[in-house]
Amino acid sequence: MKLLQRLMKDKLAAASLCVVAATLLIGLCAPLIAPHPPNEVNMELRFSGASWGYWLGNDHLGRCILSRLIYGIRPSVLWVLAALGATAIIGAFLGFAAGYFRGKTDAVIMRICDVMLSFPGYVMTLAIVGIMGAGLTNILIAFVMMKWAWFARVFRTAVMQYADADYVKFARVLGIGHIGIMTRHIAPIALPEIAVISSGALGSMILQISGLSFLGLGIQAPHAEWGMMMNEARAVMFTRPELMLAPGLAIIVLVSAVNFLSDGLQKALDPKLMLSEKRAKAGAGVIPPRLSGKEVA
Amino acid sequence: MLKVEGVNKSYRQTDWFRKARNQVLRDIGFEWRQGETLGIIGESGSGKSTLGRLLLGIEEPDSGIITFGGKPISDRSTRRGAISAVFQDYTSSINPFFTVRQAILEPLRLAGTASRPFDIGKLLRQVGLDESYLTRYPHELSGGEAQRVCIARAVSAEPQCILLDEAISSLDGSVQMQVLELLKQLRTSYGMGYIFITHDIQAAAYLCDRVMIICGGEMVELVETEELKHVQSPYAKELLSKVIS
Ligand SMILES: Nc1ncnc2c1ncn2[C@@H]1O[C@H](COP(=O)(O)OP(=O)(O)OP(=O)(O)O)[C@@H](O)[C@H]1O
Ligand SMILES: [Mg+2]
Repeated sequence: MKLLQRLMKDKLAAASLCVVAATLLIGLCAPLIAPHPPNEVNMELRFSGASWGYWLGNDHLGRCILSRLIYGIRPSVLWVLAALGATAIIGAFLGFAAGYFRGKTDAVIMRICDVMLSFPGYVMTLAIVGIMGAGLTNILIAFVMMKWAWFARVFRTAVMQYADADYVKFARVLGIGHIGIMTRHIAPIALPEIAVISSGALGSMILQISGLSFLGLGIQAPHAEWGMMMNEARAVMFTRPELMLAPGLAIIVLVSAVNFLSDGLQKALDPKLMLSEKRAKAGAGVIPPRLSGKEVA
Repeated sequence: MLKVEGVNKSYRQTDWFRKARNQVLRDIGFEWRQGETLGIIGESGSGKSTLGRLLLGIEEPDSGIITFGGKPISDRSTRRGAISAVFQDYTSSINPFFTVRQAILEPLRLAGTASRPFDIGKLLRQVGLDESYLTRYPHELSGGEAQRVCIARAVSAEPQCILLDEAISSLDGSVQMQVLELLKQLRTSYGMGYIFITHDIQAAAYLCDRVMIICGGEMVELVETEELKHVQSPYAKELLSKVIS
């Protein structure tokens, strides 16, 4: 809750949070909100402009663009979020193990990561889609397979920097088990960093999914997806450019919001600022930055 | 009580082409007796901190055994409630998300004595702080205060042995003296012993019953503090003469 308050103070972050939250909510409740079924073909209304019944007009098959945009949130955002969650969990698990236990565990996990990371991402995604066939599920699987190594690597670095700290050493002296140390002493401190990294990755993943769908490799027609909507509008790009506008803007706005939110999160999650806020208000004086070297007592 | 026998420790040098090993400790053997204060003195890089980590059971020696009361120190159950530590770097000694109260109560939670009535205020006053510090976070403490909290934390579960690795080295001169006094006083009131790792001979002589001198990973002397003047080995003599001059 404190985090939310801090986030709300940053206007840009607050606005971004609203955009992202609204998008997620609309996507979840798509059937309730969308004015028309997204796949309802209505040839009489082909390429018709905005009207009271169809706020954003109709596409080349006379389908309601607004409804398709709303349903498109599901593959474009919700499923990407799920894939990101899966990736982050795998990455966090392996990264924690590597960063905390070091030694052989670290060496083995990191060499596997090196191997995974040495494949160019897009090529591998294309190869996986080539083998398993086009479709959203396959692309998401390819994503998880390609990205976990990157996450593991980043999380390892985050964990390693805290696993060295003296309070972790002290906890081990006391005889706390590895799991206890990780959950009590490392995870709470590394979590903000993980949240920032993950939210940063979300933006690029949304873009990539849309990109692959634009190429026709993602979700299959007639289901709606933002990238695919742009692809469908491509045929009439010069006669009816406005058809590209709606999905294009949706992508730009959402990805920017996610990126701004991730920046805001980074600021809001700084433990020094977070914890001493109330005391700073009470006038306890200047708060020294944590790693300001070893000043004399 | 804490018995060290034939301990060797080396670290692998991260070398691309050959597997060199850097021998940090060679054939160390001694015993810490219950209630005594043992000083471990040596130059920077002589392996004091490494020995400290081995004594605390958070690292394993390559060969040799370290036991506490007959049980291996590397077992978590041996350490629990029996041994504690204060480290040099007070900036990272307390979890930044813990208040002073949480930090001090953590050892108690583990030693299984959390239900016992415990006067945290008294403990804080003993280390020269007071109750107003209980709700503070580590970054709101000065270095000396943080180190005092670390000492209070180490003392709280009343372990038999506390290992202090350069616990006063990063403190200002007058604060050093206060902390030394504090340690002496706590020792009489709780009846525990210390293992005091330092490169400061004078501090060691002030606090310790026995002193061990370590050089290049080898133990060169282990004498009663009173006999420190009469040491035989040339290295120890040199170390002493530096201090006296
Ligand atoms: N984890 C490690 N990996 C590799 N080498 C290490 C490791 N820890 C210590 N060493 C090496 O062991 C030697 C002794 O280090 P140690 O920290 O025990 O010295 P010290 O006596 O405590 O010195 P100081 O007084 O500066 O604290 C050093 O040469 C160091 O390079
Ligand atoms: Mg040291």
